[in-house]
Amino acid sequence: MTVYVKLFATLRRYRPGLGVGETFPVELPAGATVGDLLRELGLPEEEVKVVFVNALHREPDHPLADGDEVGIFPPVGGG
Amino acid sequence: MAKLMRLNMTDRSVTVEELPEQYKYLGGRGLTSTIIYNEVDPLCHPLGPNNKLVFGLGIVAGTAAPTSSRISVGAKSPLTGGIKEANAGSTFPPALAAMGVRALVVEGQPQDDKYWMAYITWNGEKGEPQVEFLPADEYLGRDLYEVFPELRERFGKVSIAGIGVAGEFRYANSGVVFDDMEGRPARYAGRGGLGAVMGSKGLKFIIVDRKGAPGVEIVDKETFDRGRKKLTEALLQHDITKPKGGLNTYGTAILVNIINEAGAFPTRNFSSGRFEGAAKISGEALFEGNKERLGKELYNHACSPGCIIQCSNTWYREDGTELVSCQEYESIWSLGANCGIDSLDVTGELIRLCNAYGLDTIEAGCTLAVAMEGGLAEFGDGEAAIKLMHEIGKGTPLGRILGAGTATTAKVLGVTRAPVVKGQSMPAYEPRAIKGIGMVYATGPMGADHTQGYTIAPEILGVSGKVDQFDKDKAALARGFLEATAFIDSTGHCLFIAFAILDIASGFEGVVEECNGVLGTNWTMEDVNRIGREILDRERAFNEAAGISKADDRMPEFMKLEPLPPHNVTWDIPDEALDAVWEG
Repeated sequence: MTVYVKLFATLRRYRPGLGVGETFPVELPAGATVGDLLRELGLPEEEVKVVFVNALHREPDHPLADGDEVGIFPPVGGG
Repeated sequence: MAKLMRLNMTDRSVTVEELPEQYKYLGGRGLTSTIIYNEVDPLCHPLGPNNKLVFGLGIVAGTAAPTSSRISVGAKSPLTGGIKEANAGSTFPPALAAMGVRALVVEGQPQDDKYWMAYITWNGEKGEPQVEFLPADEYLGRDLYEVFPELRERFGKVSIAGIGVAGEFRYANSGVVFDDMEGRPARYAGRGGLGAVMGSKGLKFIIVDRKGAPGVEIVDKETFDRGRKKLTEALLQHDITKPKGGLNTYGTAILVNIINEAGAFPTRNFSSGRFEGAAKISGEALFEGNKERLGKELYNHACSPGCIIQCSNTWYREDGTELVSCQEYESIWSLGANCGIDSLDVTGELIRLCNAYGLDTIEAGCTLAVAMEGGLAEFGDGEAAIKLMHEIGKGTPLGRILGAGTATTAKVLGVTRAPVVKGQSMPAYEPRAIKGIGMVYATGPMGADHTQGYTIAPEILGVSGKVDQFDKDKAALARGFLEATAFIDSTGHCLFIAFAILDIASGFEGVVEECNGVLGTNWTMEDVNRIGREILDRERAFNEAAGISKADDRMPEFMKLEPLPPHNVTWDIPDEALDAVWEG
């Protein structure tokens, strides 16, 4: 299956050349979870804070589906 | 011995007295709200002689506590008709605190329409601050970016607080401006129209020269230092507040993409929770844009002395000259996405104009969005937005309407989609998609205000735990944040220490110890919410006497009726649940 991924803030350095807000496709085996995706992308666990799948907050054990849109964030804050 | 200074603008008399016993353990917002509660008639006209403008220094202001150069400004608000506290970081707070002043109360009203500057210096012989009133006529009606350098030229490296033309026009959307570390008129106690109150007292500027001032008294240095170290450690450790961490790298603008991803980024006057242009006005775009234009990576700077988080950005034009500092999340959102605008050059210019004219950027953006919905301009038309901003700055009849804020503009134009609570416009988080912040908007004494209880931390950011943004059972969460925040607002610390101290308990303990060190108190963590609640109870009692009841602790009708894309959610929290915030 294919999921469409966006990396934000300091995580963007794991995909050099990626434009701001640019989506890239990732091929995953059926049944793969958010956690599997993070490992596939080589993102260190302690650097990932929040993951959205189709605009909903999801934990690493959440199973992905074909066509899912995933946004991955490190710890961020503001006001 | 902490001091309370009064400037009476009826006769320009000044008194400096010892801070009365009842205020001894208060600071910042706790102090401004308590003084207003005690001394201001809740039924007074906010622009009349009986309102007071109170500047409150925090408990640790002027000390070596990190990230503590904040000041609270309070009064009865011309925008909400209730109590108001607005907060800013600047060189001004530590300068005034160094003179031992913890509260500065501006009261009375001149009989003529002249404006004055209060020039405050340290009288070494008498061992107290002294005030000279100087005419301010030559600075009226002018761009603050022109005036601030003239003031520094005239008085030297002083600290400045004041108003722009917005305060002179008595706009309900007018802030109190403070200088940043580079002397720009760019730090604002923005919300709630306090600039108009200052203008109504004929006070254009307060100028502080701290030369010779002795600094703040600390009762118990050992306890203070212990607390200060704990807090510093927490700030340096946490991923959001640490050097080259989230805030230092991207500033608050980093929130654009995450709030947009969550489907809670109010777009085109709160008609959607997703903006297709979000990436272009995000913190990442700002960082990359500067990198391209300057040829190097630019990390952020401190707005005020002693801040170790340093989250303020600067945006540069294509030609490499500075356009504005800074583009905060709220300002980028209100003048950007909420107006359908996707250019940092346009939001930068609009923010610069707000600073120049003396406006709160949040209220300004929401006003423009309502004006767009009302047909005065197209959503996304940056040129038109800039033109409308100039109308406000020039005080044309249309400008006068827009300067009165979002609710008034909506009423004049017959727009029902007015995103306001208690007359104040909502900030950059859609309440239909984030229920807890909605409850804070509805029930907090300040009106729709995110900094009075930033539940976004657990609801979206994973700070202080993780809570589902759509979960409706949040009365206790809202109450807890409202109470703890009122305490933090009294310490003089920037609220951003919350990211660290809500996750790192020793950091929060450190803040309490700092306060004990300065004041000689024996507070523990158990006192935090109690003290916060006492402040809130006074604020709510003032509001009630001013005619604001729980009928005003409600959301606008359109949010109950219109489902918000992409989640297609409405505001569906029942009134009893809102009342449970205070009655539970």
